[in-house]
Amino acid sequence: MNNFIITISITIAGCIVLQLMEVIILGKITAHDLAKKQKEISVAEFFERNKHILGFGNQTRALITSVKEGVDNGLDTCEEASILPDIYVEIKNHEDGECKVIVEDNGPGIVKKQIPHIFGRLLYGSRFHAIRQSRGQQGIGISAVVLYGQLTTGKHAKIISKVDEDRPAAVIDLVIDTNKNRAEVINRDTVHWDKPCGTRVEISIMADYKRGKRFVYDYLQSTSIVNPHAQITYKETDGTEHIFERTSETLPKKSIEIKPHPYGVELGTLIKIAKHTKSRKLSSFLKTEFSSMGDRTTKSAIEKANLDKNLNPKEMDREQFLALHKAFKKVKIMSPSTDCLSPIGETLIKRSLKHETQEISPEFIITASRPASVYSGNPFQVEVGLVYGGNLPKEETVKILRFANRVPLLYQQGGCVTTQAISSIDWRRYGLNQPSGKGVPSGPAIFLTHVSSTLIPFTSESKEAIADVTEIENEIKLAFRECARKVQYHIHKVLKRAKTREKFDLITKILPEIAKKSANMLNKPVPSLNPIITKIMDVVWIEDLIEYEKIKREPVQTTLVGDSRKEDRGGTITKSRIMVVNYKQTPQKLNLYAIIPEDAVVGSISPKPSKVTNNYIRWNLESIPPANKIDINFELAGLEKGDFDENDLYIENINPTYVIGADKWEGD
Amino acid sequence: MNKDYSHVITKIDAIAAKIYDDFQKTEIPFVNLPTRTKSNIKFDENLNVWKYGKNITERNAKSLDGAYMLLRTMYLADFIKEMIKINKSSTLREMYYISEGWDLAKFHSQQESNLLAEDLEVITSCMREDFKLRPEEDGARVIGNVTIEETTRNNKKKKIHCQDDVGDSGYSIPYNVEPEKLTFKSIDADFMIAIETGGMFDRLVENGFDTSNNAVLVHLKGQPARSTRRFIKRLNEEANIPVLVFTDCDPWSYRIFASIAYGAIKTAHISEYLATPPSQYLGVTPSDIENYDLPTDKLTKEDINALKNELTDPRFQDSFWKGEIKLQLKMGKKSEQQALAKYGLDYVTDTYLPEKLTEMGIIKK
Ligand SMILES: Nc1ncnc2c1ncn2[C@@H]1O[C@H](COP(=O)(O)OP(=O)(O)O)[C@@H](O)[C@H]1O
Ligand SMILES: [Mg+2]
Repeated sequence: MNNFIITISITIAGCIVLQLMEVIILGKITAHDLAKKQKEISVAEFFERNKHILGFGNQTRALITSVKEGVDNGLDTCEEASILPDIYVEIKNHEDGECKVIVEDNGPGIVKKQIPHIFGRLLYGSRFHAIRQSRGQQGIGISAVVLYGQLTTGKHAKIISKVDEDRPAAVIDLVIDTNKNRAEVINRDTVHWDKPCGTRVEISIMADYKRGKRFVYDYLQSTSIVNPHAQITYKETDGTEHIFERTSETLPKKSIEIKPHPYGVELGTLIKIAKHTKSRKLSSFLKTEFSSMGDRTTKSAIEKANLDKNLNPKEMDREQFLALHKAFKKVKIMSPSTDCLSPIGETLIKRSLKHETQEISPEFIITASRPASVYSGNPFQVEVGLVYGGNLPKEETVKILRFANRVPLLYQQGGCVTTQAISSIDWRRYGLNQPSGKGVPSGPAIFLTHVSSTLIPFTSESKEAIADVTEIENEIKLAFRECARKVQYHIHKVLKRAKTREKFDLITKILPEIAKKSANMLNKPVPSLNPIITKIMDVVWIEDLIEYEKIKREPVQTTLVGDSRKEDRGGTITKSRIMVVNYKQTPQKLNLYAIIPEDAVVGSISPKPSKVTNNYIRWNLESIPPANKIDINFELAGLEKGDFDENDLYIENINPTYVIGADKWEGD
Repeated sequence: MNKDYSHVITKIDAIAAKIYDDFQKTEIPFVNLPTRTKSNIKFDENLNVWKYGKNITERNAKSLDGAYMLLRTMYLADFIKEMIKINKSSTLREMYYISEGWDLAKFHSQQESNLLAEDLEVITSCMREDFKLRPEEDGARVIGNVTIEETTRNNKKKKIHCQDDVGDSGYSIPYNVEPEKLTFKSIDADFMIAIETGGMFDRLVENGFDTSNNAVLVHLKGQPARSTRRFIKRLNEEANIPVLVFTDCDPWSYRIFASIAYGAIKTAHISEYLATPPSQYLGVTPSDIENYDLPTDKLTKEDINALKNELTDPRFQDSFWKGEIKLQLKMGKKSEQQALAKYGLDYVTDTYLPEKLTEMGIIKK
């Protein structure tokens, strides 16, 4: 029981903690007696009372929540085991409103004896103690789905799981004994399963398939956007199959667990940690159980709390904890390390958006990512993306895709800090419609925001909107401003290019024609054009051409060993050709920089560069005679086709106004 | 009609030579021509008409648009040379279609090709006729006691009396009204009225105004074509009869009058050839609207802009026009010639015109 209580309160953050504590555990902290009483409340009753909190408020929501819990678990477990997720979702519809939700993953599987605990007990999980970014934080878990199914249909859940390639899979049919909050196994069996490992869950629930269907699709599509490393297959009741393809072969960076930061810890949590610590002195307790607590901060926190550093944390009373908790806020404590976050990364966001908006053929996709930041001791990071133009409707309000820890937020857009941040930016300058410069703009655009955090501060228990936290709002604003700046820069560049293109047309097409015609009319030889061309252009022109070449290679993802799909995955080489043409009337020399995109690895380069760093390649180009050109070629690996369509080029040692196609180098 | 075109060829070749020279001198090719806008027309004291002033526009190959213009000009010039060589002519519209085959030099609208043909006139100081280019027939009509001798297609001369030999629609003015094509054999009229709308022309014809008042009636058909203006000028000069211009009461009609009396901005290079300086504006004037209490329409935004534009147009700077335009802006109204029908079909011929003509001293009561 002990274990049970701790589990809940650490896992579930913020408001839900309090609410759940009221219902189930109220006691442990203040009185053991109460805890005994609590035990007798059936989970069924708890569930009934809190249905809406858990995402089963109505039959449409119930369908989405069920799919979501299954899919989230599948993704979480694959990532933990460093396997590229392959998730299969199927919904079978029975006439009378009953649906069977099937979710299958290719994760490591669940050992037989754990299955009843995971699926047959509410609030049981492995991510409970961990302070790091994971999806699990989102829902109360898969067992809630089992319970909902059993309460609404009376049917048991079926779980098939395989942990060992050479062993058959375990099949367990179970229900939850709602009085004991324990699984009651109805049937155990083994079965042959083609998969090397993985888990399949089949749960019958009452659901509104007709209404929910669209949301399930949206949810899976959105999930696929922020999880480019996952392949998701969705089979509808009528057999229609949608495949959301994997666009990245790389697993997200593993998020590292961190200890709680004093700024973010709740009083209750502080007390609990103290009860279970191995430290015997307050000072070592603070240093070992919390992030960012060094000698100095520990000392000043204890001083501010007016406590003795040799106090045994297990013997501290409530008043002392309160003083300590208050003291935390008065001390300047370094931000926690942000390793615990696993953002998606701009390249991948761009790639996913590109993939998902193919049919729209947008004019451009631009992303921005902020460095990690902290609110009340909780690390968080904001990434945003913007899709513009193409077939997107011009009159409608901009579509906002919101994500928290790679999970789509489908409801309560209006109450979300994301919406608030977007609304406070004046988008009119960026070509979108926005009466009075406030509110969600309209125009041919899609906005994406992804907030990753060890603790997403949701507005309410239903976890659909992020609360109005100033730090988060500011970061979202900054990210979108950066995005908007990039949009402007992009437009500027496009215009500038178009202008140059015009001049290029002029000198390559029109001018020769004029010369030819005048010569023909006079019966004279066609005059030479070069001197006039340099006179008209009077610039150094840099043109950038990118091509992709598919190459064959063995799968790099060693963790895929045993994956049933064993075909080779080809890689892509991104080939850049940069042409520097001197259309000035005098010889010109310059240094040229090409920025290497994030995630890319440089291959061959010609001519020989003068410097290559992680971020750029530099060439020192010696004097180019008028009307002459230099070709520069380099190759990048690690990018997919279309990841970037233009090089970021910079120049140095030449008057930047002489150059079209590159900007002034501002230093490393 | 074996006109000598050698001077035209010389002038056209001079353009090609200029461009060719520019290339050889490594200069960005350009041609100069007078700026063809309202701001660059000046009154020529000697000729009594408005001509282009001293402002010069350079068409050069520095910009894509400029280069396209030059290329098109070259193609146009070469095309004209070719027509002269094979002794053919073409309409402006035909030329526009022929340019389809000019690849990069092809025109994108007929307005563009018309404008360029005018440019070429200005550059070479030749006339469109020298280029063997002609407009479509625009069918402006004449009725009056005038006998015309026209050279027909098969080179026969034919006499036409513009009352007896024509139907109700009158004699149709051909695009070429030069003496080699058209001569006035006899003219017996006291004055000439140039009328903007067909409806009013027909009204005057039906009411027999040409005979009752011994007048020549010319239908302008909106903005008059070059040949119509040239016809009016010749008639005015050769018969020495006054010209009255009778139009709607709106800014566009005033421009019609200006193109007849002063010379049009677009054709200011040949104003002395097309304009009839003694022409007088008969009406309908904004004052007429008040005096005759005519039915009106509200001025549109475009009308107001056009009127304001005219206030800064050098051709409308005399006190008559300034007063009338300001009055109209104040009233905010415009009216049509045919609004006179408010008082009956005969009102225009029985009352309005006699009153106005008397007032202007054209007829004496
Ligand atoms: N498909 C699965 N494969 C492997 N492990 C699973 C799977 N589903 C659930 N688990 C395990 O069960 C635990 C409880 O899952 P769940 O009730 O959904 O809670 P949460 O996801 O919030 O941790 C997870 O933390 C995970 O360890
Ligand atoms: Mg879960």
